[in-house]
Amino acid sequence: MSITVLNPGLLTTVQDMGRVGYQQFGVSVSGVMDPRAAATANILVGNPEDEAVLECTMLGPQLRFDAANTIALTGGDLMATLDGQSLPTYRAIAVQAGQTLRFQAPKTGCRTYIAFTGGLDIPEVMGSRSTYLKAKIGGFQGRKLEKGDVIGFRAPGTPKNLNERYIYPEFIPRPVYTIRVVMGPQDDAFTQQGIATFLGETYSVTNEFDRMGCRMDGPVIQHVTDGNIISDGIAFGAIQVPTEGKPIIMMADRQTTGGYTKIANVISADFRLLGQLKAGDKVKFEKVSIQEAQQALLNQRAALRTLRRAL
Amino acid sequence: MADVRFLLSGDSSVTVEFGNEISPAVNARVRAFTIALEERKLPGIVEVVPTYRSLMVHYDPGVIRYDPLVKELKGLLGQLSHIQIPPSDVLEIPVLYGGEAGPDLNFVAEHNHKTPEEVVKIHTSTEYLIYMLGFTPGFTYLGGMSEEIAAPRLKQPRVKIPAGSVGIAGSQTGVYPIDSPGGWQLIGKTPVRMYDPDRAEPILPKAGEYIKFYAIDQKEFDAIAAQEAAGAYVCKRHPRKEGAQ
Repeated sequence: MSITVLNPGLLTTVQDMGRVGYQQFGVSVSGVMDPRAAATANILVGNPEDEAVLECTMLGPQLRFDAANTIALTGGDLMATLDGQSLPTYRAIAVQAGQTLRFQAPKTGCRTYIAFTGGLDIPEVMGSRSTYLKAKIGGFQGRKLEKGDVIGFRAPGTPKNLNERYIYPEFIPRPVYTIRVVMGPQDDAFTQQGIATFLGETYSVTNEFDRMGCRMDGPVIQHVTDGNIISDGIAFGAIQVPTEGKPIIMMADRQTTGGYTKIANVISADFRLLGQLKAGDKVKFEKVSIQEAQQALLNQRAALRTLRRAL
Repeated sequence: MADVRFLLSGDSSVTVEFGNEISPAVNARVRAFTIALEERKLPGIVEVVPTYRSLMVHYDPGVIRYDPLVKELKGLLGQLSHIQIPPSDVLEIPVLYGGEAGPDLNFVAEHNHKTPEEVVKIHTSTEYLIYMLGFTPGFTYLGGMSEEIAAPRLKQPRVKIPAGSVGIAGSQTGVYPIDSPGGWQLIGKTPVRMYDPDRAEPILPKAGEYIKFYAIDQKEFDAIAAQEAAGAYVCKRHPRKEGAQ
């Protein structure tokens, strides 16, 4: 009742919705980069939304199924095949023992999520199955997957109405992604011109983007004085702007605290875009109110509930 | 409490800021508010992160939205003077100074024109305020070290510093909770596990508490290390006396 990793791909890790409750002790939250995609994959295979999944980055793994189970692939399209047959995303798929799942190349987005019916046999560490790479805990032995790893299934099976468990792929690549933000906590550390630059110009993702943060390039955002503050807390999606004036978006494996000014914070409903950005992608930031941001998140949760009921 | 600011930090967090300086007085307000908020058990609070001069409150907007939350937090601030805040604990951390455990103790001594014994005496004479944790699990940002034992960082950081190493960097001191690279001058090592993910309480120190180091010898080090390995060591703590140094 397991899968064997024939090839780990670029960066494949076990992630759930994160390790909550330990940030005050310096423990990063970790968890999936694109929570919407991961939740959708879980719903498609009949799991709770927060079940642990495999997060595959750019170049997906090769996995041999030693037992039958049901999977779903969501998020970016990394061009999956099953025994050579190409696989759709956003659809529950029955996999037989002996079959091999492969990925050819990234077609859209950056990360694909693989959910398995009944979840993976991964022990919880501090209440979560998420891999926390820096501290080497959680997930599969605290690290990314490697060749030869064997991961068990907890309760493999076939959800009801298997053939009707699909939706249209939700991730659609765009020439410029509009990402909504709530201003603050340190927007007052920037000049009016700096704020106008941030909200008016287009920024592109550099080669330095990983599970900790996404460094952007574009016009310099002007501070009133500089980009340093007395260290305080950092939320998922916080947009740090150090003194040099280029934004860094803080992601799942971010440090819990930091000493750079944060001009704004990406809204939760748009983490689905944030988690799919890769080098060269272009982004415009759009300011919304806290009320709009929270409503967007609640709408997204309602959409997931509707999907679960519809299946 | 008019000077307290509520800073939007995305749609699921808010930062409550008590000042713009690193000082025990401001940090004490952060601690008091943290304790009061934890006792209130407000529905929708996911977790809180105290730092030098502010508290980040992570919450679920599906349970409580921003405006009602801020109203609650402001109400709590108003009652803060009526809430009994217990004194901070002092965590007693045993340290084997010098030798292999602290290869840079002699450098720190020479740099300050002192003997290694004097450095240890000064390092163990202070109760260090844990302003906050961050950087890695269990890493404490401590305040209060004497300038008399300050020392620059290593020019060439070490690739691997073992967990438990006690170091000095500038006028900061601290303990490495996990094996990590680093540039601090290492003056000793504690057998106490500041962080153990498999323990019921994985992280020993808490923001707002104090740490006091005391010197032990190799034999005591080995005894405590053995107890830690068996999961049987309980770190000594006592409530801090008002006005103690």
